[in-house]
Amino acid sequence: MTITRREFLAAGGAAGAGLAVWFYLRHGNESHNSGQAFAPNAYLHIAPDARITVVVPRSEMGQGVRTALPMILAEELEADWSEIAIEQAGASTLFGDQTTGGSASVRTTWDPMRRAGAAAREMLIAAAAKDWGVPVSECKAEKSKVIHTASNRSLGYGELADRAAKLPVPSDPPLKSAKDYKLVGNALPRVDTPSKVNGSAEFGIDFRPSGMKYAFLSRSPVIGGKVVGFDDSESKKVPGFATSMKVGDSAVAVVADTVWGAMEAQRQLKVSWDEGANKDLTSAALSEALRKAASGKSVTLYEGGNVAKVNGRRITAEYTLPFLAHAPMEPGNTTAQFRDGKCELWSPTQVPQDCRDSVAAAVGLKPDDVKVNVTLLGGGFGRRLEHDYAVEAALVAKTANAPVKVMWTREDDMRFSTYRPDSFHQLSAVLDAQGWPVSFSHRIVSPSISRQKGQPGDGGVDPDLKDEAGFVYSIPNVRIECVDPDSPVPLGWLRSVYASPVAFASESFLDEIAIATHRDPLELRLHLLLKDQDVKYFDTTWQTARMRGVLQLVAEKAGWDKPVASGLHRGIAAFACFNTYVAEVVEIAMEGNEPKVKRVVLAGDVGQRINPNILEQQAQSAVMFGLSAALRGKITFDKGRVVQSNFGDYEPVRMSEAPVVEAYFVDSNAAPSGIGEPPVPPLAPALCSAIYSATKKRIRTLPILGQP
Amino acid sequence: MPEITLNVNGQDRKLDVPAETPLLWALRDTLTLTGTKYGCGVGLCGACTVHLDGNAVRSCVTPVSAVAGKKVVTIEGLASGDSHPLQVAWIAEDVPQCGYCQSGQIMTAAALLAKNPSPSAEDITNAMTGNLCRCGTYNRIRKAIHRAASGGGGR
Repeated sequence: MTITRREFLAAGGAAGAGLAVWFYLRHGNESHNSGQAFAPNAYLHIAPDARITVVVPRSEMGQGVRTALPMILAEELEADWSEIAIEQAGASTLFGDQTTGGSASVRTTWDPMRRAGAAAREMLIAAAAKDWGVPVSECKAEKSKVIHTASNRSLGYGELADRAAKLPVPSDPPLKSAKDYKLVGNALPRVDTPSKVNGSAEFGIDFRPSGMKYAFLSRSPVIGGKVVGFDDSESKKVPGFATSMKVGDSAVAVVADTVWGAMEAQRQLKVSWDEGANKDLTSAALSEALRKAASGKSVTLYEGGNVAKVNGRRITAEYTLPFLAHAPMEPGNTTAQFRDGKCELWSPTQVPQDCRDSVAAAVGLKPDDVKVNVTLLGGGFGRRLEHDYAVEAALVAKTANAPVKVMWTREDDMRFSTYRPDSFHQLSAVLDAQGWPVSFSHRIVSPSISRQKGQPGDGGVDPDLKDEAGFVYSIPNVRIECVDPDSPVPLGWLRSVYASPVAFASESFLDEIAIATHRDPLELRLHLLLKDQDVKYFDTTWQTARMRGVLQLVAEKAGWDKPVASGLHRGIAAFACFNTYVAEVVEIAMEGNEPKVKRVVLAGDVGQRINPNILEQQAQSAVMFGLSAALRGKITFDKGRVVQSNFGDYEPVRMSEAPVVEAYFVDSNAAPSGIGEPPVPPLAPALCSAIYSATKKRIRTLPILGQP
Repeated sequence: MPEITLNVNGQDRKLDVPAETPLLWALRDTLTLTGTKYGCGVGLCGACTVHLDGNAVRSCVTPVSAVAGKKVVTIEGLASGDSHPLQVAWIAEDVPQCGYCQSGQIMTAAALLAKNPSPSAEDITNAMTGNLCRCGTYNRIRKAIHRAASGGGGR
């Protein structure tokens, strides 16, 4: 969400109470005597010793927020980048919604971060001008100094911090124009890299307060099952065993002094389960239910013209996608400690505020009495948008009466995740006499994640579909609709959420139309983007020109107008989601029946680029993530249980399968948008387009490997 | 429990843990060397990779009893001051994203370079394919290994 102007000013206005703001944010032993510190807003603190600290109110899960967000602030502050220190914000009331997701970190902090930096810069300049008795207009800020060129005087930000803190916070500081950017747009190295090559980076699993114990949980193997009883007599014989307890209705925790002791004690635990209503659930039954639901009541997401009134040659196709698990490299964990009637958590979480509120409700505290510290996250991909680990840790620590780290094994992570929903897609198009589509219908059948979590969205439209099911092509008659059946499977948001299934279906279908009409798939897309048009879709206005731009850029960089090298085959797809446009060309070689992806060329339009180094990282990451899902990604169910258990049967791509990924970005000064998710959706349809080119076989069900 | 003596990063360390305890947990839990990571517990992902007498091994499936008297090197002991050519190259190429698997990646690559100072692209693939990276940093890992092998320093 965007921090409103009112909220920003409220935070800025807290400068007079800067000491309180600073103290709150420090979470530590920071002295109340830091009154001389300059904290014009919750994002920034300048100490008299010239130390500049930028507070990052989003979680670092690899996507580079600890570098990119401070760059935005430092740009406006005219700070010396080498002097910037980073502080991770815990759950706070100062930053609006701190959820890290929706490729939104840059998009939603761009304005508040710029304004925070600019406000401080103006105050520092004003303080120096006042000190020198010269007009503000004769002073400029540069590299953490204010300079009066005429008299060749300068004062460092540290020297000015104390005086600046006494000045009023400007309500509407001027912002720099893009042509003057010194940091934004540059491929700066990430600030967290050195700590990640020597083992010193501290993730949630690494944090250990004094006296901490470890807990593992036995959870109901069947979805929705409940604990009937448990026998911990063998667990108690394990050295270091501390205690065991029921956690909620569906789990039993075992606590011990060491990790290995807790693991062993949990293995010795015997739990009897009421398996409940899902004990016979299978993937076959889930698939059948999804197909049956397709004829149910739909909600219209987008409508142009009238698809019912168009006649002509009709093409139809159906596509199916499976459940997926996130499987971040760091399995779930959270550390909880109760002291003086308050609870403190250290969690690798994408939702510190949700953790705070959910833990407060679970243990009977006020939210203000729950402090959430955000550690580094060993990957997220949406799995850590859930608060389950944090609530478990708080419940176990409270009962155990000791600081406790709840840890999940990899098997726990696979089997007790929330899953990207399965989906079924029905597409239909009508072609005119020249073979151009004049009607395009897409019925998305997918259980709604938000509705299952009790937040159905306005008018029955899942709120995420507003970011993830846009249709940018100009076709006179279009209807995009969704059917939202119930699912017994716990659902969660996985990197790109609905955008990947929607794009797999709609972009594969465009490829089918191109094949059916003997057209080049790029030519078809460019024809449908010929005119500059704004396509309004809920809160987003998509622009055909920007979609065309990424397709043209990717075609140029991939050499689409030249024949592909001998033995190689290629496909193309594009998609726009989370305010970003991405097109990809995938080159493959067939080895037997299996495609080997050799090269992926990607073009993106993210508006203003903040840090091209991180953009390239995220583009490569999203391609590998999309490729893992497309080739092998599948969570299945039998007897109500998740079948997969570890990286042996849910195996992300390895280096042996990793293509070369080239990423290019459109030059733009439009408001910046994100890159974490948008390159995921085009990968699967572009890959399947290449496979069709190689084999004349159309893949309409994912994953690709293991099909007859 | 009999005491077990390990040589970790050049120092003899006495451990009082069950003999079947995986080296991973002895390192992380008992010796507080948390740079070595838990990812799968069954030797499939490589996040727990350390050197045992110079060979890259999965510490999550190596019991401490099998390690007594051998030399264990973890990411913390690879080089002083992040000076190993791979650490320098990793920084120069800005390899890590979330960073969780990177200790294991670097330890596997270090064992490779120790035996094969000029690995081919295929040698790198063969050595590194046991190490998963869910962030998909493989392109840059490959570049960093080539950089280190060719004597390339920082940027």
